[in-house]
Amino acid sequence: MVPDLLVMKNIHKSFPGVKALDAVDFSLKRGEVHALIGENGAGKSTLMKILTGVYRMDAGTIQLEGEEVQINKTIDAQHLGISIIYQEFNLFPHLTVSENLFIRREPRKLTKWIIDDKTQRQMTREMLSEVHLDLDPNRKVNTLSVAQQQMLEIAKALSLKAKIVIMDEPTSALTDAEIENLFRLIHELKQRQVGIIYISHRLEELRHIADRVTVLRDGKFVGTVDYQGTTVRDLVKMMVGRELGDFFPDRTAKVGEPLLEVQGLTRKRVIKDISFTLHKGEILGVAGLMGAGRTEMARALFGADQKDGGEILLEGEIIQIKSPSDAIRYGIGYLTEDRKRDGLTLGLNVKENITLASIKDFTKRGGHMNDGRIAQVSREYVNQLQIKTPSLEQLVKFLSGGNQQKVILARWLCKGTRILIFDEPTRGIDVGAKREIYTLMNRLTGEGHAIIMISSELPEILGMSDRILIMHEGAVAGIMDRASATEESIMYLATGGR
Amino acid sequence: MIILFSILSPYFFNFDNLITVIKQTAVIGIIAIGVTFVIITGGIDLSLGSVVAVSGVVAGYTLASGAPNIVGVLVGTLIGLLCGVLSGFLVAYGELPAFIATLGMMMSARGMSLVLTQGRPVYLAGNKTFNLIHNYNLFKVIPLPVIYLVVIAIVAHYILKRTAIGRYVFATGSNEDAARLSGINVQMVKLVVYSVSGLMSGLSGILLVARLNSAQPAIGSGYELDAIAAAVIGGTSLSGGEGQIIGTIIGALIMSTMKNGLNLMHVSQFWQQVIIGIVVIMAVYIDIKRRKTQRP
Repeated sequence: MVPDLLVMKNIHKSFPGVKALDAVDFSLKRGEVHALIGENGAGKSTLMKILTGVYRMDAGTIQLEGEEVQINKTIDAQHLGISIIYQEFNLFPHLTVSENLFIRREPRKLTKWIIDDKTQRQMTREMLSEVHLDLDPNRKVNTLSVAQQQMLEIAKALSLKAKIVIMDEPTSALTDAEIENLFRLIHELKQRQVGIIYISHRLEELRHIADRVTVLRDGKFVGTVDYQGTTVRDLVKMMVGRELGDFFPDRTAKVGEPLLEVQGLTRKRVIKDISFTLHKGEILGVAGLMGAGRTEMARALFGADQKDGGEILLEGEIIQIKSPSDAIRYGIGYLTEDRKRDGLTLGLNVKENITLASIKDFTKRGGHMNDGRIAQVSREYVNQLQIKTPSLEQLVKFLSGGNQQKVILARWLCKGTRILIFDEPTRGIDVGAKREIYTLMNRLTGEGHAIIMISSELPEILGMSDRILIMHEGAVAGIMDRASATEESIMYLATGGR
Repeated sequence: MIILFSILSPYFFNFDNLITVIKQTAVIGIIAIGVTFVIITGGIDLSLGSVVAVSGVVAGYTLASGAPNIVGVLVGTLIGLLCGVLSGFLVAYGELPAFIATLGMMMSARGMSLVLTQGRPVYLAGNKTFNLIHNYNLFKVIPLPVIYLVVIAIVAHYILKRTAIGRYVFATGSNEDAARLSGINVQMVKLVVYSVSGLMSGLSGILLVARLNSAQPAIGSGYELDAIAAAVIGGTSLSGGEGQIIGTIIGALIMSTMKNGLNLMHVSQFWQQVIIGIVVIMAVYIDIKRRKTQRP
């Protein structure tokens, strides 16, 4: 019997204070796409870090094609043909495509110190054509789009004669067309008998690509199943250890009178003539392809970017929003797309982040902050939103994605905002935490808040919105009620159909 | 700018003056080339001027005590290299922030040169040939310092652009984590760049001793800022990953042309500082704006 490509048995790994992996088994066949799923903190990335030599396991064995191997350094993994494409790419932005592909293995000429650029460029062109990537080898990587960078990483993995390619959340920053391209490439890899380990939170997407799926929970191995014959519901149950009920809690909030009216919002060359009304207690989903201008619309509304035209009315009266502080004063809050980059202050702790926008409310004349009140109010929000943190003084960079998102939400609530703009609220967050966010959104709208929810996940749009605004190339393609909306009808308008 | 100064002062555009400008450029230029390597990795070296001084002082003593010229040159170079290696060690293996490590080196090296000389210059009284290192003109026209600068620049450029180690210098500056994960010995790379910087400062120190025919313990004060400014004006990004030797040379040229021109216009030293500061800010501002438009 031909042994599996990879067999990891009885893997244990501990860090101070936490057992990250407890007797985990994992196997991979040649030419298979094997998905690895689990909530944040379940141990997926730890397992992969062991496989790629970033960490050393405490106990367990790893067998490659039937033979036991030792992986102690990243270079060992590379020699064994194990390649990983991280969510945050491992590329050098200032270096060219060609330089990136060949880093640490540049073709040499004359002595072993001088690089043979010409040969390198030639070999680069060959490699790029293998992944159907049409790029100039001399382009600097920071001029490439996210999708192109990802393709480059894949090309690099292939060129390293990878037998095993690990992909960590590969589709989170791609458009649908780019995702199709990626899947096509994955099929080609499968045909070449490359084994692929695919880590993703997007369970529905796995249906198109995965053969088997392994679930981890709290560092333990829960099970490995064939994708055929398993429903998403089953997988979720394995991931969280309990029935999750419906993904999306029922919308019971009543939609009230108009709260915010946007008329003709325009920003030259970016968004054109956007008009809509947001009601009290409503969730307005904003759908559209990447680049349709959704985030740009939100930023213009919030005053983060200067608008070139349009009026904004709050409860019937025209208001001027020229900067975020104006928007905040009118009770509008914005949870950004990339919370690590422009949402959280990672170096500060939980209570500092929660009270960041409302510090003035805790400051007496003369600038003295009321620490007691800050702690008390932060504690209230931590309880209210069920933010999992060891203490208020924990630095937010150590929290999981879902809890980080809750901290930002707490910040806006603490400031007393009534209108919340959520931009990709559950990106990079596991299923259990997603549901908690949805429940919170429901509760807030039940209390009279209004929410604009920008999302690229159609199930999320369909599951949570009361009405859906679809954008296409910077303009409004249509607004529909949830009752009459389907994935197809939304996509139709999002891609420019009339 | 050359045109501007030519108009503003009758003394600018004559041959002797231009030669002087180029000679000035050589000193700062050599140091700036060294620090370019460091900045590309995302680091910084504040000790440049002090290393110039201490290398010069030790070389000066060696020569004053009768040693042959070649030994003086060797000793000065070695001292510069040693300082660089030490800084490099602290940053690469001691994991000290570059700013702090080189600040410490800056102070200690300066202190060392004062200790060794008790604050007094070392004169190369009996030595008639050492100053030729600086003052000799090849073919009666081309000053040796210029040759040194050009040769060093060509070698440095080649190393950065065509060798593996040069590539790894850029890689370390562009994404240190990725560099490490790609199997690049990042610590070694850092050690190397600081050593280069020290070496260059040492060479410059020797050049200055030759020019002045004496070793001044107080010399080089502020040179680090000039050298860094030259590199930055020339397009080296302080956040790492980008830099060009040719750019650094141009930066050094701009700085010395400015100083020279302003001198000839009888602008006071103090005002010169102000003007130079403004020019540096403007140059970097333009560069940053230019980069912003390039990115998608």
